[in-house]
Amino acid sequence: MIKFILIRLLQAVPVLFTVVLVTFFIIRQAPGGPFDSEKAVSPYVLEKLNERYQLNDPVHVQFGNYLVDIIQGDFGPSFTYPTRSVSEMIFTGLPVTFELAINALLVALLIGIAAGLIAAIKKNTAADYVSMSTAMIGICMPSFLLGPILILVFGIYLEWLPVSGWGYSDGDKILPSITLGAAYAAYIARLTRGGMLEVLGQDYVRTARAKGLAEHVIIFKHTLKAGLLPVVSFLGPAIAGLLSGSFVIETIFQIPGLGRFYVDAAFNRDYTMIMGTTIFFSVLIVAFNLLSDIIAVMLNPRLSYNEEQM
Amino acid sequence: MASIPSTRQNPTASSSIDIVEGRSLWQDALSRLKQNKLAMTGLYFLSFMILIALLTPWIAPYSYETQNLDMGATGPSWAHWLGTDTFGRDLLTRIMYGGRVSLMVGFVATAVALVIGVLWGAIAGYVGGKTDAIMMRTVDILYALPFMIFIILLMVVFGRSMLLLFLAIGCVEWLTMARIVRGQVRVVRKQEYINAAIAMGLSHWHIITRHVIPNILGPIIVYVTLTIPSVMLLEAFLSFLGLGVQPPESSWGLLISYGVESMEEYPWLIIFPGAVLSLTLFALNFLGDGLRDALDPKASKD
Amino acid sequence: MVTNVRITCVKPRERGDKILSRGDWLICLCLLFFTACKPMISNVDKAIDEQILHFGNGAEPQSLDPHLATGLPESHILQALLEGLVGVHPQTLAPVPGAAKSWDVSADLTEYTFHLQPNGRWSNGDLVRAQDFVYAWRRLLTPSVASEYSYQLHVLKNAEAFNKGDISDFSKVGVKALDDLTLQVTLRAPTPYFLSMLSHSSTFPVHQGTIETFGEMDDRGNLWTRAGNYVGNGPFVLTEWALNRIIRVEPNAHYWDAKTVKLNEIRFYPISNITTEERMFRSGTLHVTNELPKEKIAPYKTKQPDRLRIDPYLGTYFYRFNTNKKPLDDVRVRRALAMSIDRQQLVTAVLKGGQIPAYNYTPPNTLGYTPEAKLVFDIEKAKQLLTEAGYPNGEGLPPIEILYNTSESHRKVAVAIQQMWKINLGVDVAIFNQDWKSYLSTINNANYSIARAGWIGDYVDPNTFLNVFLTGGGNNRTGFANSEYDKFIQLASTATNQTERYAYFQQAEAILVDQVPIIPIYTYTRVFLKHPSVQGWYANVLDRHPYKHVYLATPATTPSEATHD
Repeated sequence: MIKFILIRLLQAVPVLFTVVLVTFFIIRQAPGGPFDSEKAVSPYVLEKLNERYQLNDPVHVQFGNYLVDIIQGDFGPSFTYPTRSVSEMIFTGLPVTFELAINALLVALLIGIAAGLIAAIKKNTAADYVSMSTAMIGICMPSFLLGPILILVFGIYLEWLPVSGWGYSDGDKILPSITLGAAYAAYIARLTRGGMLEVLGQDYVRTARAKGLAEHVIIFKHTLKAGLLPVVSFLGPAIAGLLSGSFVIETIFQIPGLGRFYVDAAFNRDYTMIMGTTIFFSVLIVAFNLLSDIIAVMLNPRLSYNEEQM
Repeated sequence: MASIPSTRQNPTASSSIDIVEGRSLWQDALSRLKQNKLAMTGLYFLSFMILIALLTPWIAPYSYETQNLDMGATGPSWAHWLGTDTFGRDLLTRIMYGGRVSLMVGFVATAVALVIGVLWGAIAGYVGGKTDAIMMRTVDILYALPFMIFIILLMVVFGRSMLLLFLAIGCVEWLTMARIVRGQVRVVRKQEYINAAIAMGLSHWHIITRHVIPNILGPIIVYVTLTIPSVMLLEAFLSFLGLGVQPPESSWGLLISYGVESMEEYPWLIIFPGAVLSLTLFALNFLGDGLRDALDPKASKD
Repeated sequence: MVTNVRITCVKPRERGDKILSRGDWLICLCLLFFTACKPMISNVDKAIDEQILHFGNGAEPQSLDPHLATGLPESHILQALLEGLVGVHPQTLAPVPGAAKSWDVSADLTEYTFHLQPNGRWSNGDLVRAQDFVYAWRRLLTPSVASEYSYQLHVLKNAEAFNKGDISDFSKVGVKALDDLTLQVTLRAPTPYFLSMLSHSSTFPVHQGTIETFGEMDDRGNLWTRAGNYVGNGPFVLTEWALNRIIRVEPNAHYWDAKTVKLNEIRFYPISNITTEERMFRSGTLHVTNELPKEKIAPYKTKQPDRLRIDPYLGTYFYRFNTNKKPLDDVRVRRALAMSIDRQQLVTAVLKGGQIPAYNYTPPNTLGYTPEAKLVFDIEKAKQLLTEAGYPNGEGLPPIEILYNTSESHRKVAVAIQQMWKINLGVDVAIFNQDWKSYLSTINNANYSIARAGWIGDYVDPNTFLNVFLTGGGNNRTGFANSEYDKFIQLASTATNQTERYAYFQQAEAILVDQVPIIPIYTYTRVFLKHPSVQGWYANVLDRHPYKHVYLATPATTPSEATHD
């Protein structure tokens, strides 16, 4: 397994390099530059700005300099926020986005597994249909709709919870976590139901039932672990998705996370910031994909690392 | 595919399929599907929606673009069953026209993602080794590239068209599909009947399309039913950014995202498009579950 | 849909068996937690006692360096942290003493002598000296600083040449410290709006010692603007700047007019989403919002009119024509299109924010100037013009597209205008949108046929609007080139009295209306929400609200108040 991980880590080098290379060149192809603004910037000012940020050099020279810089851990200053460095901005936003993702994941697991279990145990009853329909709504209800609904109900009408912020006042983390977690809760509910039904149909469960074991003993002692395997393998991509997909939630709830930087950087043509966040998310994606591949092999004895490694 | 029934049997289901009678998997599946009331309801509902979408230009009660600014947004009434939007346009008509776009985008873009994703994932998983590594790392790279920049570039390079929209959406959605398919194929690849097929000298292409893919249809169908809603919402986002549907045309996703803005003032603008989209996705989901169960008679999973 | 979402939580409670009793327990915990949060005391509830103003400020400020800042969010904060030579009266915008106690103007209107406040102090206690202004203006104009607003001071003698790098000796530029408290400014020509420009944040002073402690003068990454480092001469000092989260300022004890300052703190919240902002206002998180979604205007008008503010604003919303592109190179087509927009209906039915329909470019009553030349709304005439141009009922017209930058409200205007042209003229135009930077690139490269635009005045004078359409001007972007027009603007800039000046502007404006390189659509208003407890906050066209006059108090009951709640 260690060899498998090492080889995959080695493969990550060309992957990251290609991402850096392609991103570096394509962002410069996007129309408009970092310093275009509504009130036109005088040509001589623009010239000085480009000089200051070395945008007058040939692109391959810029790329070479950039590579040297990032190897030394310097991601450069943001173009849009001249006094902020890209690293500073990423590390300001990261803890918030990370906490949001973890909270959302907990919400998703709690609600998703509970609903999935109920649906599986009470298969083809009203409880099953209601849980699964709710899950379907969760999947197709976009967060830009769910968020405002929750805010209006719990924030404005009932006045139970704050409508915005992250750690500014008590309870302001609840609504964003639920909103972000909802779609994932729905996926997890469906995966749990599927996994549990598969396991509950196995012979050994029938034997256990025949022996007269209590239903909750069967569920929690014998089948839960196997039934939740699909959920476990879903966690890797889910965490990556939660981390990179929090933009909408951050906007709706006014949360100072990384998602907003990532999207705003693209719109602002903040080249260094786009590069920084892209590299950061690439590392995340590579890591979580590797993780989910490792879990896949662990869960399935038919696969082996030796054959998977190449 | 129905012409070679015996080679496509599901190994785990072989005992329950009567090969001797020569009924194909598909005929079998169809008869099982017909017994599934929920799935059939879903199928009828979807057919109904598609029929409406096709007939919309002839049966729509009003024009989708003619405005009545002085009237503005009004609630449901006899003249306008589902009310009107802030420009005084009939909401029912706009939902009908929006359905044409959404259904087309949903099905076509998903189909694009499906074809690319399944082929890519199946080949990577089946061949394995260096090919697998290169193909899957390519997927990793595409995952990691900044999506917003990609969209902005597409708009510049290709201008604006629906075709482009399908392309953009398909380009994004096939990546996850490829990962899922590849994972499943790695498992199927280890089964004895694949080795048997290789030993029989069947071509790899034949094995992939006739033996490997049919055996992973279950997860693919489930994923497809999850992809269609996300594609429809992605369409709304891209249209909002300027890639795709342009005013005065609309789509369900766009109607919903505009409806959210004024959901307190004009709730019908969010409720009706939301309900139509949800019902369609429900129908799709029930049909998907039914299909999956029908194709895999033993498994009774979700 | 609301109820459906909650079912996931509620449903398990209906089941009775052992497994689910754990679920019950969790649900109870959740509910307990939810109810424990009640009742909430909002920011606004506490504010009168605390005298803390909570201010929705649009985007995250890019920089708090007055020489690098370009946008309105930055300007809102800089007005608290720094003070220019001249301030504005909160109601009339007339120049009032700022860092300068008084000033003299020479007879030819080109030489200004400012006498600084004898007790003007930086927030670290240093005296605010005339040399500080010389340093700040040198910095603004220094080429390597690359300030995007450096043109603000090009009215100074030789400033433009220095800014472009043609001369390197700053002593040739028309600003000089005669002594610590006397600043002499020489202009290249009489500039009636010069004092008005001095309330713009780009002309504010900076503290040389602080800047040089934290880096080079021309280092854009200079960290002097961070909380703790910042030294300003304004009524407030920067106490916190948390990225994308909050900016807090507290009173500056050394400020010369500190006794006027009543607020204990201002909190600026960067809020990019206007629906979020409205909800924050409604839940008592904010006193003042930056904007208000259009759909919310009517409900506030009927239910809480004391919270809705519709203030006049010095800006014009218009559509640009690409005058070099067929068929828009034909002035008759441009006129036809411009004449067939029902602006009144657009303003009342689509925009709903009290905007004024615009039939010419400069907003009415800009420092006493109201343009006389006018477009008319005349469909018959428009049809006739279109026929004359060879396109009866829009037949044979090459394809036209309206470009707007991605935004909900621009979309609405475009959709309405598209329909008006179709019905009134039979002309089919397409609509498309692009993200902000792509949009700028498209109009800068003249790749469009019709594009949405807006112009907000930097200072109260017609010049800030009319000099935009000079031949080859960076902001012109229409291809409009008219030597007659250029001549009138040039004449206006050398005119010695206001009547003569305005007469030239009227003639220039008439050319603009006749040649229609742009379609003026409406004059902006500022539509936002303000809590009634905010006092000393007045409507004015520059949206300037000197914070030293602002305070929080229970509003006196007025007749308009009685309708609320």
